[in-house]
Amino acid sequence: MSDRTLSGKSSIAGIGQTEFSKDSGRSELQLACEAVHAAIIDAGLTPSDVDGLVTFTMDTSEEMEVARNVGMSEISMFSRVHYGGGAAAGTVLQAAMAVATGVADAVVCYRAFNERSGNRFGNMTGRITTLPPWLSWYAPYGLMTPASWVALHAHRYMERYGVTNADFAPIAIVDRANAATNPGAWFYERPITFEEHQQSRWIIEPVLRLLDCCQESDGGVAVLITSTERARDLPNPPAVIAAASQGATFDSEMMTSYYRDDLTGLPEMGLVGNRLWAQSGLTPSDMSTAFLYDHFTPFVLMQLEELGFCGRGEAKDWATVERLSLTGDLPINTSGGLLGEAYIHGMNGITECVRQIRGTACNQLGDVVHALVTSGTGVPTSGLILSKL
Amino acid sequence: MSARLTPTITQDTAFFWEGLKTERLLIQRCDGCESLRHPPRPMCPQCRSLEWGTIEATGHGTVISYVIPRHPPLPFFDDEYIVALVELDEGVRLVTNLVDVSPAQATMGMRVVVRFEHFDNDLVLPLFAAESIS
Ligand SMILES: [Zn+2]
Repeated sequence: MSDRTLSGKSSIAGIGQTEFSKDSGRSELQLACEAVHAAIIDAGLTPSDVDGLVTFTMDTSEEMEVARNVGMSEISMFSRVHYGGGAAAGTVLQAAMAVATGVADAVVCYRAFNERSGNRFGNMTGRITTLPPWLSWYAPYGLMTPASWVALHAHRYMERYGVTNADFAPIAIVDRANAATNPGAWFYERPITFEEHQQSRWIIEPVLRLLDCCQESDGGVAVLITSTERARDLPNPPAVIAAASQGATFDSEMMTSYYRDDLTGLPEMGLVGNRLWAQSGLTPSDMSTAFLYDHFTPFVLMQLEELGFCGRGEAKDWATVERLSLTGDLPINTSGGLLGEAYIHGMNGITECVRQIRGTACNQLGDVVHALVTSGTGVPTSGLILSKL
Repeated sequence: MSARLTPTITQDTAFFWEGLKTERLLIQRCDGCESLRHPPRPMCPQCRSLEWGTIEATGHGTVISYVIPRHPPLPFFDDEYIVALVELDEGVRLVTNLVDVSPAQATMGMRVVVRFEHFDNDLVLPLFAAESIS
């Protein structure tokens, strides 16, 4: 392995979050400040120790507003990552690079929004006055929501491999079962059955039913990254960043990559997977758990294939409730995922994997050595492997 | 269905929307290597040429994916509608609606032909009907 590697040099030393709700009752900036401050406290540091900030391009809380609220004094690095939920692990990549190169010593990545009570992504109708150029190829035809963009892609996958909507049920069932035992999850104590999945109404026929679509949430999440060397001496066990990568491939669009020869995969996630395995020296079978971005269930099956957990077209048979549950070979989305816990644009998947590595998750698995986290799919995306020290 | 959301037209895409007003479905073609591309963009990814012209599509194509959006309700779409991804016989793809096709009749691989629909807001869209009934 080249000595130019990022692997192992930095760790997540602090995590913070607000409660997850449908109506936070406060500003997005306040949510961001609460989450960022909580991550700093969790790391055993003070605001003046933080010298880097990273968030999503879509986030409404300016880095300098967060800094002046939390009382940070000198910020030597700030950046943003594009492409909606595809940014989640990408923020940690930016932080890890800054720490590994000495550009910054302690970087906080944050994402906070009122996506349910405020600006809902699926509700284009009330707020669009002028279409952005890319949406002009879709909106005049009534293809205007993330669910519909994903479904037009996923239907091609279903046709190719004989997948039906019932094959997506295990993902929703596992997520909701995990949420049912997570007191912080929106769907706490509300698991679902296969029949309930199949009886839920169509959102986009014949691909997505209501229970295939993640919820919408208000809340904030933050993580603090510092050198692994320094993290060893901080109060919580470090979650070592064994690998981090972003991924974009030819002919990408933001959720509407319909022009490639093959529409039965997620090549951005394939690239991320290849980079993560190469960077870490690990393989899919080394993963103790995975948080697979689950805004819409079909793309979880496609991720399993792109990441090499199973072969092309095999996910519908491989992804059983037994295999993906807490007692299975590959427990996924142990907090309940975006479907069950909350939709904080994937950042809550990172914090959950940190808790699993620390041994403090509400649905704690046995000895968690390596955890995989992925970010939004169908867009230029990112991923992480976190490891026990 | 008297109106639809108005596309935002840029210098790179104006020819497409202008062509529709005279019921011509135009595809961008690179002057350098003659490859076709859609949606339109300024540079050819094959040969980097910035010179391009257009060809008029025959209007025939194949449905390679489709969906029936049920929720949420959208303005201008009071009735059931089908969104399709059509691959034109020339090889490029576009997102469109199927017209005079019921959800039960829609299939992957169905042959379709363009039908230019004029809307009240000075907009013409290339929608597609089944080849057999046109
Ligand atoms: Zn060319």
